[in-house]
Amino acid sequence: MKNKQLLESLSAYSKEVLIPQAGEYDACQAVPQSVVAELAKMGVFGANVDTEYGGQALNAFEIGKVSELLGYASGSLLSLFTVHSMMTFALQRWGSDWQKDRWLTPLAAGNLIGAFAVSEPEVGSDVNGLLTEFTLEDDCIVVNGSKQWISFAQTADVFFVAGKLNGAPATLVVERDTPGLEITPISNMYGFRAGMLGKLTFNHCKVPKAHMLGQNPLILAQIVGSVLDHGRFTIAWGALGLSNACVDASIHYTKTRYQFGEPLYQHQLIQQMLTNMLVATRSSRLMCMDAASARDESDADMIIKTAAAKYCSAENALKTANDAAQIHGANGLSDQFPVERYLRDAKVFGIIEGSVQMLQMMIASQGNQWISH
Amino acid sequence: MSQAIVNTVRQFLEEYIRVEKFENDENIFAKKYVNSLFAMQLILFIEKSFGIKVENEDLDIDNFSSVNAITDFVSSKSTV
Repeated sequence: MKNKQLLESLSAYSKEVLIPQAGEYDACQAVPQSVVAELAKMGVFGANVDTEYGGQALNAFEIGKVSELLGYASGSLLSLFTVHSMMTFALQRWGSDWQKDRWLTPLAAGNLIGAFAVSEPEVGSDVNGLLTEFTLEDDCIVVNGSKQWISFAQTADVFFVAGKLNGAPATLVVERDTPGLEITPISNMYGFRAGMLGKLTFNHCKVPKAHMLGQNPLILAQIVGSVLDHGRFTIAWGALGLSNACVDASIHYTKTRYQFGEPLYQHQLIQQMLTNMLVATRSSRLMCMDAASARDESDADMIIKTAAAKYCSAENALKTANDAAQIHGANGLSDQFPVERYLRDAKVFGIIEGSVQMLQMMIASQGNQWISH
Repeated sequence: MSQAIVNTVRQFLEEYIRVEKFENDENIFAKKYVNSLFAMQLILFIEKSFGIKVENEDLDIDNFSSVNAITDFVSSKSTV
């Protein structure tokens, strides 16, 4: 009942505020604090957190629906939810009791905002190639290095940071006000322009040893892998939301725009594009639902199904946004219509939380067990 | 060692390991039959199939390195 209330509140708020204002967030390259506060009040930031930590304990379908609603309104808002929930996921599954008390409960309430810092100026998908160094010094870990393209770095309170300790991958939490952490805003991105990206520079940044998550290679593989897997899931549903937004905008436009004496939708080549958009969006939904079902069952295939859903949904979002812009003609390239933003944001889905090519490699190597059945 | 556990584990591994034959004591990670992505799937499989919870302190590669190691691990968790 509580979960239903969250989804209903978010849906209503999205229609009244987020969808009408998303273009402004994009133009200003920022999400207003009032929006973050309202999402916190609804419980969005504790969506995937257990009730004992003040969260909503939503199931996978419900988390997917939250992502879809946010993705429909704004790719940037979806990225806020994604990086924050990646951090809450990591803390809940792998964090110590002390870490949960310190960060998970306030994160679930939205009193703290979390971000995920893995990418570096020279390193993208290759986690084993990370250059950020963690060094043990008495009861502390000293962090040196830098992180690039970190969503909501401009406002996040805590960062989940991956680096290397004694040559092996490791993860820890760094609080924003830690001496030695410098945050530089990154502006004018192509898509997700309100994602408030930043670069993190760690210059002899010292954190207590208790901030570390995971102490051996297998745990670390589990942490990084499962956190990325969670992010892929929300991105898949968010891309579905964007496809839906493209379909709705295009149907509305083709019913109201007349050319050669009849509405656009009566032109057969427009119908072809609408058909492709509708079928692509439906196929994304089915793949996302398949992944959600596997996640709710804790099925071993959930990881590959999530990768496939994200791949399918991201590719379809780009095709759908491209068709939506084409249907809108010159209007589709103008910031007076949202499809211009949809097209820019759609490109981002194929890059973040596992590029299209990384996912193709995963699916080709491990996907035959379920795809063929 | 329970033969039922061995059979269940082997059946799962055979779906993922692409060599014609592997022994129950072969180290599936050292021989690169599987990767770190598979480790996540393996732990999900163990938790669901045997109704046990794999805790942080259980995540030692030695517990999951072979059919025999996984079977020993599952047996020890099942008797706790």
